Amino acid sequence: MYFGLSEDQIFFQDNVKKFLEDNAPLDVIRNISKGENPNQKNEIHSGIINLGINNILVPEEHGGLGLDLLFAAAISQSIGEAVAPLPYCGSYVMAPIAIQIGASKLQKENIFNEMSSGNTKFGIAFSEYFGSRDSSSINFSNEKINGKTIFAIDCDYATDILVSDASGKIGIVSIEDKNIEIVDLITVDKTRTYKEIKFSNANVEILANTKNSTDGIEKALDAGRIITAADTLGASQAMLDKAVSYSKERKQFNRVIGSFQAVKHMCAEMAADLEPCYSLVWHAAHSFDNNDDDSKLMACHAKSHISEVAKMVSKKATEVHGGMGFTDLLGLHFWFKRIGLNRQLLGAPEIVRNEAAKAQGL
Amino acid sequence: MDLNFGSEYKEFTNEVKKFCKKYSGVNFSDSAKVPLSASFKSSGVQMKRSDWQKILIEQGYFARSIPKEYGGYGGEADIIKSRIIASEFAMAKIPPPMGGQGIDMLVPTLLELGTEEQKQKYIKPTLHGEIIWCQGYSEPNAGSDLASLQTKGELINDNWVINGQKIWTSTAQYSQMMFCLVRTEPDASKHAGISYILIPMDTPGIEIRPLVDMTLNAGFNEVFFTDVTVPQENIVGKRGEGWAVANATLSHERGSLSDPNAMMNRLNSLIEIMKNETINGQKAIDNPVYKDKLMKIQGKVIAFQSNSLRVLSAKLNKNQDTKIAGMIQKLNGTELRHELEGFAIDVMGELGTLYENSPHIRDGGSWQVAYMYFLGLIIGGGTSQIQKNIISERGLGMPREPKVQKGE
Repeated sequence: MYFGLSEDQIFFQDNVKKFLEDNAPLDVIRNISKGENPNQKNEIHSGIINLGINNILVPEEHGGLGLDLLFAAAISQSIGEAVAPLPYCGSYVMAPIAIQIGASKLQKENIFNEMSSGNTKFGIAFSEYFGSRDSSSINFSNEKINGKTIFAIDCDYATDILVSDASGKIGIVSIEDKNIEIVDLITVDKTRTYKEIKFSNANVEILANTKNSTDGIEKALDAGRIITAADTLGASQAMLDKAVSYSKERKQFNRVIGSFQAVKHMCAEMAADLEPCYSLVWHAAHSFDNNDDDSKLMACHAKSHISEVAKMVSKKATEVHGGMGFTDLLGLHFWFKRIGLNRQLLGAPEIVRNEAAKAQGL
Repeated sequence: MDLNFGSEYKEFTNEVKKFCKKYSGVNFSDSAKVPLSASFKSSGVQMKRSDWQKILIEQGYFARSIPKEYGGYGGEADIIKSRIIASEFAMAKIPPPMGGQGIDMLVPTLLELGTEEQKQKYIKPTLHGEIIWCQGYSEPNAGSDLASLQTKGELINDNWVINGQKIWTSTAQYSQMMFCLVRTEPDASKHAGISYILIPMDTPGIEIRPLVDMTLNAGFNEVFFTDVTVPQENIVGKRGEGWAVANATLSHERGSLSDPNAMMNRLNSLIEIMKNETINGQKAIDNPVYKDKLMKIQGKVIAFQSNSLRVLSAKLNKNQDTKIAGMIQKLNGTELRHELEGFAIDVMGELGTLYENSPHIRDGGSWQVAYMYFLGLIIGGGTSQIQKNIISERGLGMPREPKVQKGE
């Protein structure tokens, strides 16, 4: 019995962490957030591709690494910790899982080969399945797609979009199609981008197994929620670490503020609530990989519970920094906002908890 | 990640299941009153508590790693087997082995630091439940700051003569013995002046006064010592080493206050209540507000349970770093259990406040009792605030509070 990350997982995780520390420090993130120097962003993306993160979940027989979701979650922690300006959860986790389960044998072969060689990259637009807003809806008929979807993720380097309708059918639409319009959404989180996509009779190829089964979208969603939770976990740990180290330096009343119990207890509360989140994310990813009966329940709880803990951590860690925590100068807000956006992504806590209840027949 | 315990443990689990079937409904003719003891089916064989203890030891289900010569099973310690036993017993509603401060705290202390004579004399009858122990640590003026305790012990004619007062002494009224912290070196510094002494509770000069807690149970006592005289050899460790002796076992107590199996069982009972209780004809579980709150608590319970698996893993696999994961268990476990019990009361509404043998009462009022009892546990065994000091200082490396008092 061993509960935790393996040596390989930690090694890969550390590689990503090291790469991001060297190539995506705060001043670079800041530039990218202002839309300055897009080349820097592209370089970070190609660097991370060189480490192989696009191929973690692509099967070995199609040129991928054939690793599992626990691996992917370990990497996601490092990405969140660095508030890295990267597509990851959608393009490199949800997409291969949706293909693996949703595509026919023939579709799978073509798509995975194109993915592993880097020719195909997917953005993900599944909002219409788990929570449509502003009356957006998607309609598939006769190999055409109509309607609009809000909050598509990971479209930055995408060649194609995986789009779902309300029933969980998933279609592939080329980003080159002349009958689609992509609109930038502006969110608080400037480290990643989000899109609205409008379709007017664009061409679509439906993943064959999603026509009669929601397994493809459900598993992709479970995986996406676990990976988002892991990203939030990494970001929260970064905020706690920053708060603790600031409290050991900042002096008031001739003492470092970290020697005051009021401050110590805030940090202890963050640590006490955050530490079990590691176990929860890993456990959820492990259940997913084993296809356990409670894997849906675990994925939902990972997403919603960590969202709640992280909301508390992002608030208290900012407070420990006092007025400086509130400034743009310190840049703590990049983590605060990433946590805030992740909380709503792929289902706000209340929505996900409702699914957790359903998953156990309540 | 590997959550399988291996085939050896599968066989062991089956063995335990068979045992549980054989003793289904076992109950005791001399059951001591213990707060929150689960209600066991009483359809099976009746025996004495100490006979049950002996059966469990013979089987290797209790006192597993304690040497045979001291009354134990004499096997290798096996955390996984302990867990299997605990969870199978809980599922089958078979009474678990006795716990209590003698078994959980004194026995490990004697094994580590006791003299051969002390081991021979005390361990076996303690394991059999024939000697019940109470713990004499806290005093009215020594709570969180335990090391400031003032109960005095003087060595006169080869005897310790003890004067002073202890408080929060659970089970003192049933106990044959107390392990007690006493200030024997008044001139030494605070922590170096304490000794760990074993006191028979029938020694003249001991007065026990019950202390009724908010559940209206006399769960605790005050114990007064007036010239209580015990032999010199009743000391464990050397003079002035009592603080270290006591600390060897305090960490043990903190782990045992927050059992993840018990938490999960309680959560499942809560879900059952929500399926049965109705408000204006609607089941509580169908009310979206209650349901969301239940899911919030379930998320916390699952996170707590996963965390305890990680702590278990660190005990089995050396080099695994889980420093903070182990430190938070007392804080999180007691706070979460209090929250869970409190929510069950909210689900029952006015009926949740019923107590004792009131009409309409649910589960014998156990949710109210536990709601208050766990507030006691939040405070006892190192308050939540003390736990936060430990987490921030030892876990996060934050500086200690500057000392105010002199002589430390």
